Amino acid sequence: MGRHVVLIEDEPNITEAIRFLLMRDGWSVDAHTDGATAVEVIRDAGPDLVILDLMLPGKSGLEIVRELRALEGMQALPVLMLTARGQMRDREMAEKAGVTRFMTKPFSNAEVLTAVRDLHAQAGQG
Amino acid sequence: MASLNVLAFVCLAYVAFLFFIAFWADRMATRGKSAAWMRSPLIYTLSLSIYCTAWTFYGAVGYAARSGLEFVTIYLGPSLVMICWWWGLRKLVRIGRSQRITSIADLLSSRYGKSNLLAAGVTILAVIGVTPYISLQLQSVTLSFAIFAEADPLRGYNETSIVFWVAAGLAVFAILFGTRNLNANERHHGVVTAVALEAIVKLAALLAVGVFVVWGIAGGIGETLARIDASQIGQWNVDGSRWATITFLAAAAFICLPRMFQVMVVENEDERHLRIASWAFPLYLLLISMFVVPIAVVGLDLLPAGSNPDMFVLTVPLQQGQQGLAMLSFLGGFSSATSMVIVAAMALSTMVSNHIVMPVWLRLQNRQASVSGDVRDVVLLSRRVSIAAIMALGYFYYHLSGGAAALAAIGLISFAGVAQLLPALVGGLFWRGATRSGALAGLTVGFAIWLYTMLLPALGGGLLPEHILRYGLFGLSWLRPEALFGIEGLDPTVHAVMWSMSLNAIVFCLVSLMSFPSPLERLQGAQFVNVFDHSAGPRGWTGSVAQCEDLMIMSQRILGATEAQAFFQRERMRQGGRGPLPEPTPAFLERLERELSASIGAAAAHAMIGQIAGGSSVSVADLLAVADETAQMLEYSSRLEAQSAELSATARKLRETNEKLTQISEQKDAFLSQVSHELRTPMTSIRAFSEILRDAGQLDAQEQRRYAGIIHDETLRLTRLLNDLLDLSVLESGQVSLNITVGTLSEVLDHAVAAALAGSDQPLRVRRRPEAEGFRLTSDLDRLAQVFINLIANAQKYCDAEQPELSVSASMSGGRLHVDFFDNGSGVPADAQQMIFEKFARVSPERAGGAGLGLAICREVMQRLGGDVSYLPGHGGGAFRVSLPAAGEKAA
Repeated sequence: MGRHVVLIEDEPNITEAIRFLLMRDGWSVDAHTDGATAVEVIRDAGPDLVILDLMLPGKSGLEIVRELRALEGMQALPVLMLTARGQMRDREMAEKAGVTRFMTKPFSNAEVLTAVRDLHAQAGQG
Repeated sequence: MASLNVLAFVCLAYVAFLFFIAFWADRMATRGKSAAWMRSPLIYTLSLSIYCTAWTFYGAVGYAARSGLEFVTIYLGPSLVMICWWWGLRKLVRIGRSQRITSIADLLSSRYGKSNLLAAGVTILAVIGVTPYISLQLQSVTLSFAIFAEADPLRGYNETSIVFWVAAGLAVFAILFGTRNLNANERHHGVVTAVALEAIVKLAALLAVGVFVVWGIAGGIGETLARIDASQIGQWNVDGSRWATITFLAAAAFICLPRMFQVMVVENEDERHLRIASWAFPLYLLLISMFVVPIAVVGLDLLPAGSNPDMFVLTVPLQQGQQGLAMLSFLGGFSSATSMVIVAAMALSTMVSNHIVMPVWLRLQNRQASVSGDVRDVVLLSRRVSIAAIMALGYFYYHLSGGAAALAAIGLISFAGVAQLLPALVGGLFWRGATRSGALAGLTVGFAIWLYTMLLPALGGGLLPEHILRYGLFGLSWLRPEALFGIEGLDPTVHAVMWSMSLNAIVFCLVSLMSFPSPLERLQGAQFVNVFDHSAGPRGWTGSVAQCEDLMIMSQRILGATEAQAFFQRERMRQGGRGPLPEPTPAFLERLERELSASIGAAAAHAMIGQIAGGSSVSVADLLAVADETAQMLEYSSRLEAQSAELSATARKLRETNEKLTQISEQKDAFLSQVSHELRTPMTSIRAFSEILRDAGQLDAQEQRRYAGIIHDETLRLTRLLNDLLDLSVLESGQVSLNITVGTLSEVLDHAVAAALAGSDQPLRVRRRPEAEGFRLTSDLDRLAQVFINLIANAQKYCDAEQPELSVSASMSGGRLHVDFFDNGSGVPADAQQMIFEKFARVSPERAGGAGLGLAICREVMQRLGGDVSYLPGHGGGAFRVSLPAAGEKAA
């Protein structure tokens, strides 16, 4: 049961923290910092789950989700968005763009793990 | 029996006598030797008696024989006016003199803004109204001739030729004595004296016949009264509405008839004469009407049924064989007719000539662009031709109507026609709100109704088709001429007068209220209504300087003090005069008028200048009142303008402030959002790793150390961020206190490089040229060092060269010290060069540990120090220049 996640996050310390958490939970983590190439990376990797930062260099997280959803076979891919900007409007825009779950930084590790597990379970059932 | 020859001779002799009297009076007047009695109130009173025409002389008896005492109303109206309304007439006379009025048309036109349209309308109305009246006089002369002709079978006579010669003779008389002077406003002493003489003749004639009838025929007063009681005259019922209507008509006509206006206003020598006339003229009327009833009663008794009662004054003496008395009576009638015709023709001709012929002629002349210098001959000719034309009109009207209608009926129609002028006249005298439009509308309505309900039905003879008379215009029964709006059963005269006068007055008032008078109308209105306030006493214009002072005062009120004074000063310079004010030369007045007309309009300016400079009898106070009114309006409107400009400026300011506030609010939101983002990011790492350290059981020591290190680093990052924020906040609020010290640039750079590179493992070579860094600085050197440290640290962080190098060089130019920091990296992209100095701006994708506040702080600091920091594009790598005001020379 190879659970695979692609993580796009430009803050190295946060990437390291998430990688640590998920790998201990049995995921293989593929981490990238660049927003511009993110869509291709995700498409090529074909992960079970995507974790995205909202503010990325090159391309914003929202744009990445929109482009991703436009691709074939990517409509149901669970996307967890992490952002340091936690305003209501950002959340609404994210949901509109096709984000599956929206999470505000700073988060607790338990929250992230729960969210990742939930999303994966839902996707599996669906 | 007197033969027609004798009669004709007596007529000629009488007319010749009149000619002589008129000629003599004119001569005396032109020589300035006119006797006192010629200027007396007596002459004035007697000349008013042209009110009593042949209609009164012959017709009153006929009227009494037909309708009993109703004829009294014809005398009652004017008597009431003279006794009860002499003050109104005095105002009319005062205005007539102060405005140099030539006729009633001129008066109305003058009052309503010198409107020629109105004058022409009034003239036409007067001609239409008075022509039947003139023909009535001709008819009475003819009738009286006929009476004598019947009694003289030896000689046949031609009625038409008599009327023709009478008309021609009267025309010649009117032309000779009525148009001697060009100035229609001047008194016609000859005519007035002749008219006064005729007044005596007709009064004497009627009194003589009356005395003869009472004492010669009836045999005393008692018997006469008994006869009257026995006759049907005593039994006539008095019809209240007819009495009131005809009294009113007579009163209105007394004021409005052109010939009455001529003798009462134009020919008035002294307005004090009115006071005498106010009782003397009613007395004259009483005398002339005293024997009307006895003559009528005796005539009805003596003469066979069917004889014309209009001619009783003549036929009763004839029947009694009193040739001499009959001749006197004939002369009385002749006098009444001729005086009326002459004055009426004169008055009408002035109106026709001034308001119809001359305007048309002048327009034709203009079209041909050949205006001759002297129009004097043209004016005289036009007035003479007008007299002839009016007489001809009367003559033809007599011909057409066939002389059928009873005298009194024609008289009443004529009265009702001219009475239409009354609302506009009285309104103009007493109501400043009366306007030209109101006068025109009221006159038109009144005139139309009078024409439709009175004149046309009376003319008959196919002028008004039978079916209209019976069924109304367009078959609408409520438009029947003698039962307008379905009101039936009224006496036709009462009906016509009621409708025409009431609608005339109502329309006049309503339209006046709804329309706005022109400036000239306002000015004239004020002069008319308040004529007594400012025309009393002689004019005060004695010298040209006084005149110019008044012009100055008026101009100041219109133009404003500064502008008026400047204008007068300019004019004085132009004239080269030495006095304080310019001479009122025509050129100066013209320029002043142009200046004023820019403010208050051409008409008002013209009128005002004309009134002051022309010395006419309008008081300065009145002019100034108008000027004040104008000035107030101008001031008010300029105040409004200023207020509205102020308001719109305030609104613009508010809008700008609002935009700025909105912008600031948006900046604040963005700033907070960015601060929040910058705080959350390190906190996320801290939280995540502290949880890992707490929860994850089997971490090796290396991992533990590493994660604790991350937490430590992120904590430092937070601290830095908070420090930067506080620093920026202090700088931006301007509350920073500078610690100014003296040092050299090289010292500051030494300190900055050391501080920036200390404890850093990233290799950056800093190239300096110490020999060029000897500039002495007087500034907050710690703050300056902070800027340098920031710039060096930036190069350290962002220079992407293999072997990063930073060269620092200093130079002096344009009074400023420049310190340049060039690195050998790829530099800042062109599109980002402007925004790098903004807060939280970050170009490179790498975090590099900063929050993006460094350059913003640098710029704030440099601005506090009186310098700046900027990016220099085009140097390959990153290139920043710090500039400072040069405080001192290069230290040697």
